Amino acid sequence: MAYRQVLDEAAPQWQKDRRERGAQAGTLPAGSDGPARFELALPERPALLGRRAWIALAVLVAAVGVGVPLCALVLPAGHPLHLSAYGMTLVGKLMCYAIAALALDLVWGYCGILSLGHGLFFALGGYAMGMYLMRSIGRDGHYQSDLPDFMVFLDWKELPWFWHGTEHFAYALLLVILVPAAVAWVFGFFAFRSRVKGVYLSIITQAMTFAAMLLFFRNETGFGGNNGFTDFKRILGFGITQPETRTVLFLTTFAALVLSFLAARAVVTSKLGRVATGIRDAESRLMFLGYSPLGYKLFIWTLSAVLCGIAGALYVPQVGIINPSEMSPVNSIEMAIWVAVGGRGTLFGPIVGAFAVNGAKSVFTTHFAEYWLFFLGAIFVLVPLFLPRGIVGLLRRGRAGDAA
Amino acid sequence: MSARATVDDLQAGTNASGSVTGLGHLARAGEIDVSHGPILYLEAVTVMFDGFKALDDLTLSIDEGELRCVIGPNGAGKTTMMDVVTGKTRPTRGKVFLGQTMDLSKMDEPSIARAGIGRKFQKPTVFSQHPVWENLELAMNTRKDWWASLRARFDRQAQRQVEEVLCMLRLESEAYRLAGDLSHGQKQRLEIGMLLMQQPRLLLLDEPVAGMTDHETMELAGLLARLKGSCSIVVVEHDMDFVAALAGETGRVTVMAEGRVLAEGTLASVRADEAVIESYLGR
Repeated sequence: MAYRQVLDEAAPQWQKDRRERGAQAGTLPAGSDGPARFELALPERPALLGRRAWIALAVLVAAVGVGVPLCALVLPAGHPLHLSAYGMTLVGKLMCYAIAALALDLVWGYCGILSLGHGLFFALGGYAMGMYLMRSIGRDGHYQSDLPDFMVFLDWKELPWFWHGTEHFAYALLLVILVPAAVAWVFGFFAFRSRVKGVYLSIITQAMTFAAMLLFFRNETGFGGNNGFTDFKRILGFGITQPETRTVLFLTTFAALVLSFLAARAVVTSKLGRVATGIRDAESRLMFLGYSPLGYKLFIWTLSAVLCGIAGALYVPQVGIINPSEMSPVNSIEMAIWVAVGGRGTLFGPIVGAFAVNGAKSVFTTHFAEYWLFFLGAIFVLVPLFLPRGIVGLLRRGRAGDAA
Repeated sequence: MSARATVDDLQAGTNASGSVTGLGHLARAGEIDVSHGPILYLEAVTVMFDGFKALDDLTLSIDEGELRCVIGPNGAGKTTMMDVVTGKTRPTRGKVFLGQTMDLSKMDEPSIARAGIGRKFQKPTVFSQHPVWENLELAMNTRKDWWASLRARFDRQAQRQVEEVLCMLRLESEAYRLAGDLSHGQKQRLEIGMLLMQQPRLLLLDEPVAGMTDHETMELAGLLARLKGSCSIVVVEHDMDFVAALAGETGRVTVMAEGRVLAEGTLASVRADEAVIESYLGR
């Protein structure tokens, strides 16, 4: 074939075409190479949420903000709309799980890093908050000592150095953020720099949380051994089981969930989010375009760990206990199931998934406890088969089907 | 960490801000010094894989602005050569330089790409879950660190660049489609477009017309002709007609075999070369 001829003709033909088309469209005079005829007309940054989504969110925030205090505090206990302490704790717990699922989805759904160790970050946040709650028991514990009960039991005479300052709420909050962030950053730096990926990374994260669990099980570690922390009395001076305190904790958790959602949304709609999905889909292409994946992975990974830690910190005062079993590998794997069931790669999906799976878990464990693990196993098998894009994917497909 | 120094690190020091070097000309940080002619220079490069020499004492130099075709039988080391240049594979021995000053064997893939080397893979590699315009936006020649990306805005000027490349690729009507839904030829063109957005000084194309129809080949040839002159290009290709079209009468062609350069010269001269006929072209 005479490619030479093709080569000579192709470029002028291309230019001719463009000029003709430009002239027809009336944007540039024939015979000149003017500006491009085609316009993208995209916003500089995509909107955080669409108009309707903002309205829906505002309605939800208003409904929860007014409805929950009303139902929990104003309505009497016998009223059908009364929100019991059990109900509020349950939903509050689910919202904490939803934040954790959202965090896991950021790394798994958007960056392609399947972590089976996010339970560790959740527990670290929980332990940081738990330290403050233990200190604020004061002398009201079993042994009426300034030291937390488990330390008296172990015959320790003074606080270990890492407990200093934990009586201050602000410092505890700082730990809630900094400890998961530091652990995640250091782990991520070495793992991502060595280009550990895929199933190997998942296994290492699993090993990480397992090792931490074994460490926290030891009494000598200074975090209460296998009993962990419990018997909390108060938070910021308010009784921790008071309905008012519970309501405030519930609303704080709800606010944290909404803010986490918006923060995650801001990240995934930014160019950084697009690069992250590029890492997920074609990492080498991205590297040959000049992107160094390390910084991107570390940012998303650390952010995810921090969100998870915040979820854990909100979980502990509501549930009233934190112990090393939160770091058990099964917990982290369950988190991945929430995300998979809800729909990874969407921000709404993990929230839906956390509520759906844990809602089902509550129903099963109260009514037919022995079948829960069978049900979980069935989810494990059936969701990838029939719902590869999760519940949200199913809803989207349904909507697309309606439109067609 | 030391093995993965960035461009800036390597260029910093005495000539960080444009001082006069001992060679009597200006060297600037991150700039490719082509004052002596070659933009890419491989000297005695050997790559060993478990005792097998994929590259055996390969010496090759590409001049600034040149379009060089590299041909050779399967297993000649053509793709390994590209891997070495782009930092994917480290040479066991030998030197790889971009311009006079940048030692590519000490840089990682992203810094080599940022230094100005673009690479097209044999199999079209685009971001299949991103729309076409996002593929081009990601390739744009801007700061590539995470902090800059977090704050990046897709302003009018950047959109203009994407629009121009879309027009050049004739992919305007596909701008909002997912890149994964494009045809093979459209993906090839999109990948070339991404390289254009990258504004490389040296472009490496690994069998760009493999698996393309004649029509798609024609369109790609047009694009390459457009690129010629704006950057140096190295094309690895099997299709001899396509090579003939690209190299023309005067272009240099390198024939590789068993990890070495077998012959170099115009297409006519290498075609007449006894060794080349023996090992590759056949009689």
